[in-house]
Amino acid sequence: MSLLADLGAIQPIHFALIIPAVAAGILVLIPGYRLGSQINIVSSFLTLLNALAIFHTRPEPNYYLFVDDFNIYLVVLTDFISFTTSAFSASYLAHEKETGRLTRGYARFYHAMFQCMILSMNLALLSNSLGLMWVAVEAATMTTVIMVGIYRTEAAIRASWKYFMLTSLAISLALFGITLIYFTASVTIGSGPAALAWTVLRDNANLLDPAVLNVAFVFAFVGFGTKVGLVPCHAWLPDAHSEGPTPISAVLSGLLLNVGLYALLRFKMIIVGNGLALEPGPLMVGVGLVSLLFGSLMLYRRWDIKRLFSYSSIEHMGLITFAFGMGGPLANLAGLLHMVMHSLTKSAIFFVVGHVAQVKGTQDMAKIRGLTTSHPVIGWLLVVGVISICGLPPSGLFMSEFLLITTTFSREPILAVILVLGLLIALGNLIPRLHALAFGVPEGNLEPLKTAIWPLVLHLGLVLGAGLYLPEPLFAWFQHVAAMLG
Amino acid sequence: MLMTDPKLKLEICYLLSGSMAIVSFALLYQSRMAATINTFAVHALLLGLVVALQADIQAEHNLYLTAAIAVLFKAIAIPLALHFIIRKFDLHRTIEMVVSPGLTMTAGLGLVVVAVMVMRPVTVHSDALVTADLIFAMVVLLLGILMMITRRNAITQVVGFMSLENGLILAMAGVHGMPLVVEISVALTVLVACIVFGMFFFRIRERFSSLDIRHLESDGRVSQ
Amino acid sequence: MAIISESLVQLLQVLLVIGIAPGLTGLIRWVKARLQRRRGPPLLQAYYDLARLSRKEVVMAEHASWLFRSVPYLAFTSVWTAAALVPTFSTSLLFGPAADLIALVALLGSARFVLALGSLDIGTSFGGMGASREMMIASLAEPAMLMVVFTVSIFAGTTFLPAAAEVVRNHHAIIHVSMLLIVITMVIVALAENARIPVDNPATHLELTMVHEAMVLEYSGWYLALIEATASIKLVLYLSLFSCLFLPWGMASANSTAVEVLAGIGIWIGKLGLGGILLAVFETCIAKMRLFRLTDLIGGGFLLGLLSVILMYVFGNI
Repeated sequence: MSLLADLGAIQPIHFALIIPAVAAGILVLIPGYRLGSQINIVSSFLTLLNALAIFHTRPEPNYYLFVDDFNIYLVVLTDFISFTTSAFSASYLAHEKETGRLTRGYARFYHAMFQCMILSMNLALLSNSLGLMWVAVEAATMTTVIMVGIYRTEAAIRASWKYFMLTSLAISLALFGITLIYFTASVTIGSGPAALAWTVLRDNANLLDPAVLNVAFVFAFVGFGTKVGLVPCHAWLPDAHSEGPTPISAVLSGLLLNVGLYALLRFKMIIVGNGLALEPGPLMVGVGLVSLLFGSLMLYRRWDIKRLFSYSSIEHMGLITFAFGMGGPLANLAGLLHMVMHSLTKSAIFFVVGHVAQVKGTQDMAKIRGLTTSHPVIGWLLVVGVISICGLPPSGLFMSEFLLITTTFSREPILAVILVLGLLIALGNLIPRLHALAFGVPEGNLEPLKTAIWPLVLHLGLVLGAGLYLPEPLFAWFQHVAAMLG
Repeated sequence: MLMTDPKLKLEICYLLSGSMAIVSFALLYQSRMAATINTFAVHALLLGLVVALQADIQAEHNLYLTAAIAVLFKAIAIPLALHFIIRKFDLHRTIEMVVSPGLTMTAGLGLVVVAVMVMRPVTVHSDALVTADLIFAMVVLLLGILMMITRRNAITQVVGFMSLENGLILAMAGVHGMPLVVEISVALTVLVACIVFGMFFFRIRERFSSLDIRHLESDGRVSQ
Repeated sequence: MAIISESLVQLLQVLLVIGIAPGLTGLIRWVKARLQRRRGPPLLQAYYDLARLSRKEVVMAEHASWLFRSVPYLAFTSVWTAAALVPTFSTSLLFGPAADLIALVALLGSARFVLALGSLDIGTSFGGMGASREMMIASLAEPAMLMVVFTVSIFAGTTFLPAAAEVVRNHHAIIHVSMLLIVITMVIVALAENARIPVDNPATHLELTMVHEAMVLEYSGWYLALIEATASIKLVLYLSLFSCLFLPWGMASANSTAVEVLAGIGIWIGKLGLGGILLAVFETCIAKMRLFRLTDLIGGGFLLGLLSVILMYVFGNI
């Protein structure tokens, strides 16, 4: 195939793809879950080290894979969170096996799919060719669909079916958008792989036909916007996040939504390069605000704990979309910081929630009370996590939200008012829930749980640390990426 | 190839892609499940023919591979698998629709007008064949979405999704020289094959109301 | 000279149309019988039927008015005129300039209108039922027919039928997508207008399943002969229209010799025979639809016709 011929020699960037692929192949053959989960952790750690290596030595871009400032931080984030999630899933799976919810055969299937998912997310983030990025997003969707339905209960299969149908439909629309962009590029730039490469498209954006770009962007926005979970195409999100195993919920919330947003932003960067095409800003601002308000309002009468936090994901993704829609250096910076902080915090919350659900044996919040008394470590970590996700200081989310509100207020005050309203509604909905969950007389199962706490502590520590102090080179680097986003 | 007259090839290409749009309408009209699957097989066969003809017109030889995949998998293997699933699980033979077929077809006609209006400014500078190809591709795409929306049954929703994919592959074959067409069409086919396999494996009955009790893994979960 | 040849051709067509029509009906009945493993009536049975009916005495209801008595003549004249205008074996007819597609549709519509009025005249329930069913089918079939007319007119640039036939013949139009669509629409409309299966069973004797037959239930004797002749000529008209629009090869034109005209007649009779046989086979293979599913079928035909108009408008220059 032409793809392999163009790749040339094996470079470190390819190891981001080779390591998970090899690990997936090995994991299919390993029957025992304990060995499988350990190989899972080791492979994720190696992928993380490789990502840091790429961070230092950038390879030469070609038409298929490339590394620039925008995607490398997402690659490092993805590999880091996959590593901590694999550590969490090792102890989570141990408990699932004890209760019999997940049988032996499925454990090996699960680990192999986990590595396939990391592979496809890395490929989506690192690819230069829009077609390759599409294939990777499709593969990531497929692996997560299979994993959401892995418990094979009626609710899980229904959630997995809805997830599959909605996201595949959306991705097909995005493919049509990609075809249209290729169409106009092949006419003006010349056909072949160059016309599908993002770097080439961005550099020659003002040569492309604006009418075609408009139609293509709308298709891509609807398609990838559904993957991000923007209203009104969000219907798959609560079910998929709540019915699958908790490590998958963590990965979906923390990583896959980011990948969808990344693809959307790549399209945005192309279209802003063309002066005559439509302005993507107002569209993103509008949809983002609606998602924010919707997510906040829907937090109100949820009784399933995972669904509660999945609506919180919708809310935060709406906020990030709003930030990137506003544009300009400060809003983009806020969006980027929020992406990182939200991924870390939300995955930490899902880790805690997973342990809570395992201990109590249910996801129904009415049956969970007094966690700080019965299970102090988990309970207090939940308190810290929810306070972070609400955007209260000293969490890193407070920093990015503050930045966003101030820059919005100086440009469009009314939007800032709506933004703050949404955030306050979310706060008002989450804190009473937290109070009910964490304090009071303990109910349900009071036995202690053997868990791996260090991923949780690491995530929340990073978020709180970033809220207090962000190292200067890191900050400057984020500002550079924000300028790139335009 | 046998036909050497280029204008005749263009006209036949146009006729075949138009026939795909007509078969998409026919898919909306069907009221029995077996007829829907057979109509879809015809749809995939037409796609294979169009893509093979485009491969000949554009002299792109990897499109022949795409055409072969379309015919082998979508026209033969997947319809056979779906017929097998219907027989084995004894599913309902009539299709329940959200609205009547007449209303659905009228909505489909509206979507044709939308497709023409959206694609007109896009293709204003192109030659006739690419224009026709993109407009018909968008028609097939929109009619596939309409079919997915107006069906209650899992199998007919999957058929609607596959007809949508056929529209996408038609669009990709029409724009000259798109790279990775074979890879993308393989990815799409693998996706659908996985879902059909999953339907068999997970035993999805229509409306999930008669799932086999033996396969419920646990009963401790509360569902919303 | 041209006037004389044109009027001769026209006269020939007028006589041939009324002469061939019962033969076509007889052929269709014979083929259907053979397919159903019966011996069937002889091929010329339809002629014998018409002769027998014209000798019989007319029995009319007491309350029948002048309308009831004039309806058979009006319907027969409209349909015979329409059939005489459609180019069957030659495109140069004396009254050719009157052969406008929309005028044809109007003539056929007026024939149906007077038949419905006649059935309502007596006041029986079967007459009313037949008239309402016929009108329901017509309300969908006529717009579908008009869509066919529009598509052909956009393609040929005129509604004048001989010119349209010439354009179709010269431009290999049959492989155009819109023409494919309106072939389907035209088949559905022809089945609906001629009261054939799956729309209506022409051989039924159960009144509750009748559509066309219910309208003409009260006629007898010479009136019934006229009405049966009308139905036969209508079938010839639709088959000729179909072959003129979609299979126009073999027709003589303005400056053809007598040999070519005779060859044209032979080809036309061959096309009619082939059409009749195909219709008989199709009727044997398929079942009659429930009345309320007909709206789906004919409505679907209308939508296909509308789609073909849209596509012809968008892609007309390909």
